[in-house]
Amino acid sequence: MRPGIPGCSLSDKKMLSRFLERQTIGQKQALTAWLFLLIPILFYVIIRFYPTFEAFFVSTLKWNLLGKQKFIGFKNYIKLFEDEEFWLVLINTFKYALIGVPISLLFSFLIAYYLNEITFGHETIRALYFIPFLTTAVAMAWVWRWLYQPVPIGYFNIILSWFGIAQQPFLKSLDQALYSIMAPAVWAGLGFQIIIYLAGIRAIPQSHFEASSIDGAGRIQVLREIILPALRPTILFLVVISTIGFLRIFDQVYSMSADSAGGPLNSTKPLVLMIYEAAFDEFKMGYAAALTVVLFLILLVISLLQLSLMRRWTR
Amino acid sequence: MITPILFMLSTSFKEGAEVYSLTIFPEKPTLVNYLFILGESKFIIWTVNSLIIAVLSTFSVLFFDGLVGYTLAKFSFRGREIVFIAILSTLMIPTEMLIIPWYMMSRTFGWLDTYWGIAFPGLMTGFGTFLMRQFFMNLPDELIDAARMDGWSEFAIWLRIAMPLVIPALSALAIFHFLGNWTAFIWPLIVTNDPDLYTIPVGIASFNGEFQSDWEIVMTASCLATIPTLFVFIFLQKFIIKGIMLAGLKG
Amino acid sequence: MIRKSWFIAISGMFLIFSLASVGAVEIEYWQYTYKSRVEAIDKLIESFQAANPGITVKHTNFPYADYRKKVAIAVSAGDGPDIVQLYYGWLNDYRDSGLIQPLPKDAFPHDEIEDEFFGIVKSMKVKGEYWGLPTAVRSLALFYNKDLFSEAGISGPPETLDEFVATAKRLTKKDNAGNYLQIGFAVDTDGQDHHWWREVLNRLYGGKPYSSDGKKIAYNSSSGSQALKFVTDLEKTHQVGSNGFMNRGQDAFKAGKAGMVIDGSFRISTFNKQKDLNFGITELPGHNGNRFNFSSYWVNGISTKAKGEKYDAAVKFLKHLTSQNAMQIWLDTVGELPAKPKIALVDKNKKHPQFGPFIRGLAYANATSFIAEKPQRQSFIDAYDMVVLKDMSPSEALSKVAKKEQEVLDEFFEN
Repeated sequence: MRPGIPGCSLSDKKMLSRFLERQTIGQKQALTAWLFLLIPILFYVIIRFYPTFEAFFVSTLKWNLLGKQKFIGFKNYIKLFEDEEFWLVLINTFKYALIGVPISLLFSFLIAYYLNEITFGHETIRALYFIPFLTTAVAMAWVWRWLYQPVPIGYFNIILSWFGIAQQPFLKSLDQALYSIMAPAVWAGLGFQIIIYLAGIRAIPQSHFEASSIDGAGRIQVLREIILPALRPTILFLVVISTIGFLRIFDQVYSMSADSAGGPLNSTKPLVLMIYEAAFDEFKMGYAAALTVVLFLILLVISLLQLSLMRRWTR
Repeated sequence: MITPILFMLSTSFKEGAEVYSLTIFPEKPTLVNYLFILGESKFIIWTVNSLIIAVLSTFSVLFFDGLVGYTLAKFSFRGREIVFIAILSTLMIPTEMLIIPWYMMSRTFGWLDTYWGIAFPGLMTGFGTFLMRQFFMNLPDELIDAARMDGWSEFAIWLRIAMPLVIPALSALAIFHFLGNWTAFIWPLIVTNDPDLYTIPVGIASFNGEFQSDWEIVMTASCLATIPTLFVFIFLQKFIIKGIMLAGLKG
Repeated sequence: MIRKSWFIAISGMFLIFSLASVGAVEIEYWQYTYKSRVEAIDKLIESFQAANPGITVKHTNFPYADYRKKVAIAVSAGDGPDIVQLYYGWLNDYRDSGLIQPLPKDAFPHDEIEDEFFGIVKSMKVKGEYWGLPTAVRSLALFYNKDLFSEAGISGPPETLDEFVATAKRLTKKDNAGNYLQIGFAVDTDGQDHHWWREVLNRLYGGKPYSSDGKKIAYNSSSGSQALKFVTDLEKTHQVGSNGFMNRGQDAFKAGKAGMVIDGSFRISTFNKQKDLNFGITELPGHNGNRFNFSSYWVNGISTKAKGEKYDAAVKFLKHLTSQNAMQIWLDTVGELPAKPKIALVDKNKKHPQFGPFIRGLAYANATSFIAEKPQRQSFIDAYDMVVLKDMSPSEALSKVAKKEQEVLDEFFEN
């Protein structure tokens, strides 16, 4: 190649293509990647990261949203760790995720797997599973609260009484309320997970299955050796997203819990509801921001853990 | 599975004390609740607003999340993991904590009371990017390499070869994003002052007073709001099937 | 002579026109969306603009859900209105943050306010200034289902707490297994019952909820415990109802499954709309010859944004909003009670079958000086649950929640 200053006489386009020619394939790929990412990164920095950093900053303030901001260092965090309610809420939050995620992922996988096999009317059946996800949480919460009522109104208790089982207080109980709220959350999310699973199963190239049918593999074997391995990225996605979803549970608790939101006696209150109350019921913006930072860190650590664990499994 | 939905539907046709008895079939079905909501002259405007915003932002999300997801799955470059984690981390902050900075931003740029103002936070999502990345990871590299050999540009490879192969995932993403926009409440409320710009959830909330929420109205509104999303779902779920056929042909 | 008057008339007209064109001021008014409220304000704006040709009022309203958030974010950013309607319990925050300004003494002389308005409005006076004034106020009363009363052979609504319990017992129906088919009284801790306990029952048993300066909790006492015992006994001992029966007290009452419920004047229109619901309203039951009530209200405040001629216009509009005429319009359109006894306590209103009991209640009502209503309401809700669900004694429960609430108060007054 002729040495010297890249010709000013050349048009920009030629310059670019010449420049690209000189790159290795790896460099070229990296350049294209950053080019593709340019606008999205700008977007995320301005619309998402900047407000997030602002939340970090606000967490060091005493600020009631209306008035002046006062810097107080880590006092919000200290107060938070001394707050009994915070620890209770943290436990509640983890209960939602630890129980909700495995149950919902297992159910939705089984349903998706069988839906994929059914050929007759499966569109209608799929739609039926998906409708709960389409409707508003507030309306559904009302219906569920009715289902949980005592006899003679509540259907669940009526069903229990057929089997001679004692009446359950459900939402009015300190022990049962959290699970009673988790149930509709799982129920509403099934449709979403089923669709993702189905899309994943359907994306497995047909040739994989053909090979196995030649080998004469059984159903369980096909499931274990072809479907599950091919679904790894899908499962990873669902595990991470569902965990984030359950750790951020809010709508169902807000509109379903008996007494006030998160009751009785905070037994159903998750972290996001506590943030919401601190921010907009009490206007303690600094405290709410500190809680947000804690939630953020928890979610980040858990997601990173899941990603690295699952990566090991994927390889 | 759909029993609660049936109760919702049947409650929307009830009035009086019957609202408070959980029966599937209303004894005296009535349309008063529907007439009440549809009688509000602005309901059509709210629906149009919701549609415009949901459709625009869904297309934006399909394009950008698809592009970013593909880049993160199929290019190897330094900093890829950090970009991925950073985008994923946007899922970890509750929206409530973002609305104040967003409001200040909209104020500075004059986006208050505009469609753009309602839509801008949702034009790209960590959720969609993650979803698309996972689906693009399953895509055989050979396809892309072959196209490169043929002299296709990287952008064309993505748009014309990679994207059609993940139509099932794109359809799923479209459903989720459309739905998320359709039901979004707090941000559209904060950013608009003009009732002509309300979306359906904000408009419906104006039927409720301080201590007032009539369940039959909530149920009816919910039924009405579900109809468009149901159509979108029925329409898009066909693509989940169609997409496979394409994949089958090419893969 | 004729010439001179012509001259005056013409110059006067000229003056009006020039005022109208040169001094055309637009001020903005915010409140939450509710059909009757919007109509009432529109009516008042119309009459105001007719009387003040140089001023136009722009009326903006938002759904009640999140109205508070919306206003706080906009007003603190400087985007708010010139006059804003706020719940009286929120005013402290706005005042402390310098977002609303005191009402001018020349237009709103203090002795005149104290003379004309109900005593509860005094809680708007802080640091020697009035910070807002209401058009209307609300109070509590006992709603009762007339059909269920006659079915149970009860002649009239209870007048005292003892009668109240006895009545509730007679109205309660259970099946053989002991499940409620119908409840005598709809306890609803998430509804208005916390006000009933705080401002009414506490005082009926001889105590009071807070110290006179509002800085210390006073319900953590034997009278407070007696008051809490009274409410929780309804569910625990007398078994005349269950908190959360049919989800909300108002729902149980609307469905005709509750004999009585305590609710505010704002509920009248809801119950009126309900088909087949034949209900009556009476004053809250008394005790030992005393009666108390709780009153709350929305106030109109002038934001610090209003300056110069906008400020003058805002003052004029506020004058209009708190006029006798406005209060009657508000009562007729919205169904909320006039904030001045002179208009409220006329025979026509006092004897009104629906507004009457509420208006009579205003005469002996108190308004809580809320610092933050949500956590303060939570105190009652939690105390109730501790007694009913955890079997704690009322005094123990109260000392627990009082400790927590006192922290909220301390934090506020420390500044």
